[in-house]
Amino acid sequence: MLRITCPYCGPRDELEFRCGGEAHIVRPGPPETVSDEDWGAYLFQRQNPVGAHHERWVHEGGCRQWFHLVRDTRTHEVIAVYKMDEPKPEVPE
Amino acid sequence: MSYRISDWKIIWVLGVGYSGFRLIREALRGHRGWGPAWRSPEPKARYDALIVGGGGHGLATAYYLAKNHGLTNIAVLEKGWIGGGNTGRNTTVIRSNYYYPESAALYDFSLKLYENLAQELNYNVMISQRGMITLAHSRHDLEGAHRWVGAMNANGVETRMLSVAEIKRRIPALDVSPTARYPVWGGFMQKRAGTGRHDAIAWGYARAADRLGVDIIQNCEVTGIDRGPDGAVTGVQTTRGAIATSKIGLAVSGRSTALAEMAGFRLPITTYALQAFVTEPLKPCLDVVVLSLSTGTYLSQSDKGGLVIGGGFDLYPSYAQRGNLPAARRVLAAVADQYPGFGRVRLLRQWAGAVDVVHDSSPILGTSPVEGLYLNCGWGTGGFKAIPVGGTTLAHHMATGRPHAVAAPFSLERFSTGALIDEAAASGIPH
Amino acid sequence: MSGRRLDQGGQVDRSQPLSFTFEGRAYTGFVGDTLASALLANGVSVVGRSFKLHRPRGLFAAGSDEPNALVQLETGARTEPNLKATEIELYEGLSARAVNCWPSARFDLGAVNGLADRFFPAGFYYKTFMWPDWHLYEWAIRRAAGLGKAPKDADPDRYDMRFAHCDVLVVGGGPAGLAAARAAASGGARVMLVEQDAALGGRLNWDAAAIDGTDGLAWTDKVLEELDAAEEAQVLTRTTAIGYFDHNLIGLVERVSDHVEQADSDKPRQRFWQVRAGQVILATGVEERPIVFPGNDRPGVMMASAVRRYLNQYGVAAGQSAVIFANNDEAYLTADTLHAAGVEVAAIVDTRVSVSPDVLAAMSTRAVPIYSEVQITATRGRKALSSVLVSGAQVDEWIDCDLLAVSGGFNPRLQLFRQSGGKPDYDEAKAMFVPDLSVQAETSVGGAAGELGLGEALTVAHEAGVAAVAESGYRAADLVAPVADSRAPQLTPFWRVDEGKGKAFVDFQNDVTVEDIALSARENFVSVEHLKRYTTLGMAPDQGKTSGVTGLAILGELTGRSVAETGATADRFPFVPTALGTLAGQARGELFRPIKRMAAHEVHEELGAVFEEYGGWARPAYYPEPGESGWDAEQREALCVRQAAGLFDGSPLGKIEVVGPDAGTFLDRIYANRLSNLKPGRLRYGLMLNELGVVIDDGVAACLGENHFMVGTTGAGADTIAAWLEEWHQTEWPELDIVIAPMTQQWGVLTLSGPRARDILDAVGVEADISAEAFPHMRFIETNVAGVPARIFRVSFTGELSYEVNVPARRMPDMWRAFMTAGQPFGLSSVGLDAWMVLRTEKGYLHVGADTDGATVPDDIGWARVMKKQSDFIGRRSLTQPENLRTDRYQLVGLETVGSNAMLPVGAHLFMGGADGGSEGYVTSSGFSPTLQHGVALAMVKGGRARMGQVFEVRMDKALHRARIVDPCFYDPSGDRLND
Repeated sequence: MLRITCPYCGPRDELEFRCGGEAHIVRPGPPETVSDEDWGAYLFQRQNPVGAHHERWVHEGGCRQWFHLVRDTRTHEVIAVYKMDEPKPEVPE
Repeated sequence: MSYRISDWKIIWVLGVGYSGFRLIREALRGHRGWGPAWRSPEPKARYDALIVGGGGHGLATAYYLAKNHGLTNIAVLEKGWIGGGNTGRNTTVIRSNYYYPESAALYDFSLKLYENLAQELNYNVMISQRGMITLAHSRHDLEGAHRWVGAMNANGVETRMLSVAEIKRRIPALDVSPTARYPVWGGFMQKRAGTGRHDAIAWGYARAADRLGVDIIQNCEVTGIDRGPDGAVTGVQTTRGAIATSKIGLAVSGRSTALAEMAGFRLPITTYALQAFVTEPLKPCLDVVVLSLSTGTYLSQSDKGGLVIGGGFDLYPSYAQRGNLPAARRVLAAVADQYPGFGRVRLLRQWAGAVDVVHDSSPILGTSPVEGLYLNCGWGTGGFKAIPVGGTTLAHHMATGRPHAVAAPFSLERFSTGALIDEAAASGIPH
Repeated sequence: MSGRRLDQGGQVDRSQPLSFTFEGRAYTGFVGDTLASALLANGVSVVGRSFKLHRPRGLFAAGSDEPNALVQLETGARTEPNLKATEIELYEGLSARAVNCWPSARFDLGAVNGLADRFFPAGFYYKTFMWPDWHLYEWAIRRAAGLGKAPKDADPDRYDMRFAHCDVLVVGGGPAGLAAARAAASGGARVMLVEQDAALGGRLNWDAAAIDGTDGLAWTDKVLEELDAAEEAQVLTRTTAIGYFDHNLIGLVERVSDHVEQADSDKPRQRFWQVRAGQVILATGVEERPIVFPGNDRPGVMMASAVRRYLNQYGVAAGQSAVIFANNDEAYLTADTLHAAGVEVAAIVDTRVSVSPDVLAAMSTRAVPIYSEVQITATRGRKALSSVLVSGAQVDEWIDCDLLAVSGGFNPRLQLFRQSGGKPDYDEAKAMFVPDLSVQAETSVGGAAGELGLGEALTVAHEAGVAAVAESGYRAADLVAPVADSRAPQLTPFWRVDEGKGKAFVDFQNDVTVEDIALSARENFVSVEHLKRYTTLGMAPDQGKTSGVTGLAILGELTGRSVAETGATADRFPFVPTALGTLAGQARGELFRPIKRMAAHEVHEELGAVFEEYGGWARPAYYPEPGESGWDAEQREALCVRQAAGLFDGSPLGKIEVVGPDAGTFLDRIYANRLSNLKPGRLRYGLMLNELGVVIDDGVAACLGENHFMVGTTGAGADTIAAWLEEWHQTEWPELDIVIAPMTQQWGVLTLSGPRARDILDAVGVEADISAEAFPHMRFIETNVAGVPARIFRVSFTGELSYEVNVPARRMPDMWRAFMTAGQPFGLSSVGLDAWMVLRTEKGYLHVGADTDGATVPDDIGWARVMKKQSDFIGRRSLTQPENLRTDRYQLVGLETVGSNAMLPVGAHLFMGGADGGSEGYVTSSGFSPTLQHGVALAMVKGGRARMGQVFEVRMDKALHRARIVDPCFYDPSGDRLND
């Protein structure tokens, strides 16, 4: 069970959170300018890295705030936590 | 079923194949006469085709390439030991009780191959068609079950609704009382569904492919995919040296994204941990596979006697091949609640695989954006039951350059046309 | 083997006898015994049968590594299969039977398997049973397989679950664990020490040792006192760490009541702990490993440490005359221990060339024959050992004995370390796998770290305790590390005897022999995982505790590889088998995914409601009057709404307020239709899509005031849509100045519907003017109803004049009663969901999740007009993907039965020209209209809107109907009643 540090509430058990998947995906638009391929890529293509993954989580059982995590998908180590409006941290590959 | 065994095959089976007769003969000679189930050859510099991934799908692909298409100068490259990925980590359920005609065609093709696989491979893969019951726990579930059964029968996959009394008779351990947290309203059964022995399926395909001349190369990790000036594949780099080829089939569940990245494209895949569980061996107490729609929990009893339990995957991306505790407790609590006598049965072992999940939970089969590179991925939590069809269709596409009819709807293009085949959309049945 | 209780010694209380039965025979043991020690004391030699060959087996070990003595404990609802006799603490009246044998362990008909054992080598089943079909043989195999029996009745016991946090968790209460815990707790840090046995001290309970100049157990008591005195320290005995999970979370099973005859009613049977530890110290000790030799499974062959443990902890001599077979110095400790207790030691059989002189010096007073550089190559005895054959260059001699104590060395218990992600390494000098790379915040100490010398182990453990608390910012007190003798037993690796006749078992539980491993190697199953899976080595309930490392060492020998090269298999949760009920904790029955109750639940109960679960809520399905069936009640209630009025509890419907200057903009992006131009006091139906264009929810949105909206959702969507709105606001459009406030459970909803609704509302007492002119359809007012502040939405899901009266949730019971009282003269009835669904189906109103599924886009339900909207919204781009523009998509239509007035079954499929033609669609909603006196149904049909008037066969099971496609609205299509 992961221990995640909510930037607003502090460290809590995984049970209080929900993972929202990959972060920093740019929603393309306006719709009439987006090709079927680009829209499909936005909807479905994911980086799915073996290693550091930038992802978003919500503290659903707590403050209901969304925030970002960098987590290693091999070890589940949490490398960084940052708020939605904070810049993406540089992490080693 | 009918069996037509030609004379030469009888001689082969009795002499060098596997049979009760040979087992007795070898036993009398101290079992010294059994040879390797497959060779461990050194990789050649060049093959007509390479299959990356020595799991069930990869080994089956090699077998069908050799058998159906006569391609024998081929190799399977496996990073670890064959059958060590999801082939050896699943709950061994085989079934074709799918809603959409495309899915039904695909999975029933697979089930039919499974039904004769032991004979075909001369290896007891222990296909046990003990039937699978899907439980409905509410009016909505039950209405959905009717819709599913109607669709499946229309698709030519025979299934039948069961009353609560019939379910209680088939699954005595199940709590069907109206006061249960998930009361049982009914369910449906596919009689041809069941289980298979997962390791044996990998080993049986490996042995049969090896006999046809396929090189199975273990401990050989692909580290790069070479492409020529026209962009087409020319070979691979591996931990055991470079190997040239013009056709590569990828069957690397849990690693598809990484391999695609080596070839320079991306896939609509996210990788999650899927857990499975087995209890200590018990005397027979459950003779069907049961799926509870509301809790998403699978249960069957292995031939050894352990209750084999599966559920949904863990809810964040992971390559760790180990499951997390909250997901494990969710699944096991469901079993303890729905089968009140099993609360005192003890969990023996938990394990996990890394599964490649696609939005519509249907596989991606066929060509990739790179010439000469073919895909067999995205099976999510349901790849085991599809090993024979995954192998057949990948082999067909690699050998003929055209998609196999049952694989055609599952191309990568569907993610830009929107033609998803989402079984979950039609019901919420996890798979 | 003829075990017997000694007159003295051990920790059992000879003044407190306990009677128990095994295999139906009565025996006596003492308080402090395990079932195993008590059986041994009573001279029971055969305690079980092996899994495959049904060979008679005796006790082999004394702890959780026991492979043979698996029992079915008790009978009835509390029966428990496959327990190890070594783990069961004896209590008065205990009853147990051996598993997997019939009629008994002593005489087992299954033993015929053993006669044909040569036909059952590893993996034999892969090579046969293929013709004509595996299923033909399977039933017989299944009956032969399996061990104990699953209980048939519901588990009557209760299980508890706790979370805990600590600075340091020490796993293992042996000397190393105690030293670490003592140091860690001395500075005030929160320390937990867990020990799987009933008593602390670990090995000190059977191997005497001096620590700090005093007896080891006296030292143990002193440390326990110190830990008891430390305020933040907690000691849990009978508690096994079973899992090491991410981020230093450890799962523990505390056996609270298993060891007592009758549990206190206020105590659970077991308690599952989830402990988040700053640092973990693994002091899990070692497992002794056997030497594999022909005939090694005869009852009377035992692990040497187990022999000492039975003797010194339980006062039981495992035999009269013993031979010791070992490759290490502890052989001599075993000999000394037996000799001191008066057991004859017939010989020490040492595989080594020489033994260090000081070890021999300690033996010099004993007249024990010592054989060096020899092996045991055969054993004799039918159901108990009678002699062993000692073979070497100079010797070939049968020695009579009824006990053979074996020691092949030691394996640190690395299971938890490996579960933590740690990587072990093979230490050639010590001939064992030891912890190497740590991944999580843990340290191994003592035997678990491969340190077999007590003195050194204590020093290192003490330092580990000091270092661990320092990580949490505590400073341990200035204590001196405990002092003890530091000598470690010397060992020369020796895995198996390669001579002699007879089966040499590696895995006792699964009957895996050296021959099986050799066959596996011959057939190229040379990866350890292949070996394990092909031979089933290490897959039994003992999880290979005695066999795992030995098996792979033998595979290495057979394939010319070192142990390190051969590698090891993974260790998986749980360390010991754990009841599913324990892992579930309290999450059973009502507490397994609890169902939500509405504020007026009790009132509905008083009214006789029959509840069903809908979307996580217990909701009234119908309110039967005496003698009425559910169907009768549904029909009466539905008719009552059409003729008079009904009162429906709509409280679970989602109510989410969106407030702020950008609320309109936000809702325009959320809904597929436009909301920003809605005027205060007005309502509008809206459709929500996901980014794939799929309809995920619908409902009525209200403009409550300037920049103040309320989003209405379905009951099932109340929570998910609230989370959905938050997600889009926070992650995609944080610049929008809005606040999202889910209010679903703050407001209860009394939905009053029917031609007399206005009269009834007036009778209840409403402050505002609710005349049709002042308060028309699709409007909102805020007022007082019966003196209670209320929001009234004039919106209808039945097609009748309807008011959704929202009141503070806690007022719901009173208000429901008030409405029913006021409505009585007008014929008001409570209405459940069944009737409600009939009413909305008569009107053709959509029910998201029933009429739609995860593939339905707006055009499929007749909402193509959303594409005319100028601005972007969630899912818009998906609607123009090729798949969503097809004209043969499933479209929502009405279905009218042809040739009868029958009700069509939901889920039935539509066909044209027989069932073979493929499904053309399916029934999504259906009811029998009491007003129209015929069935009304909605369906999704391929290209349905263009097929009005076509007649289909509607099939389900054997039932066959004919139905015509019609407009979905069956009742009052002009909507006059709605606007009344």
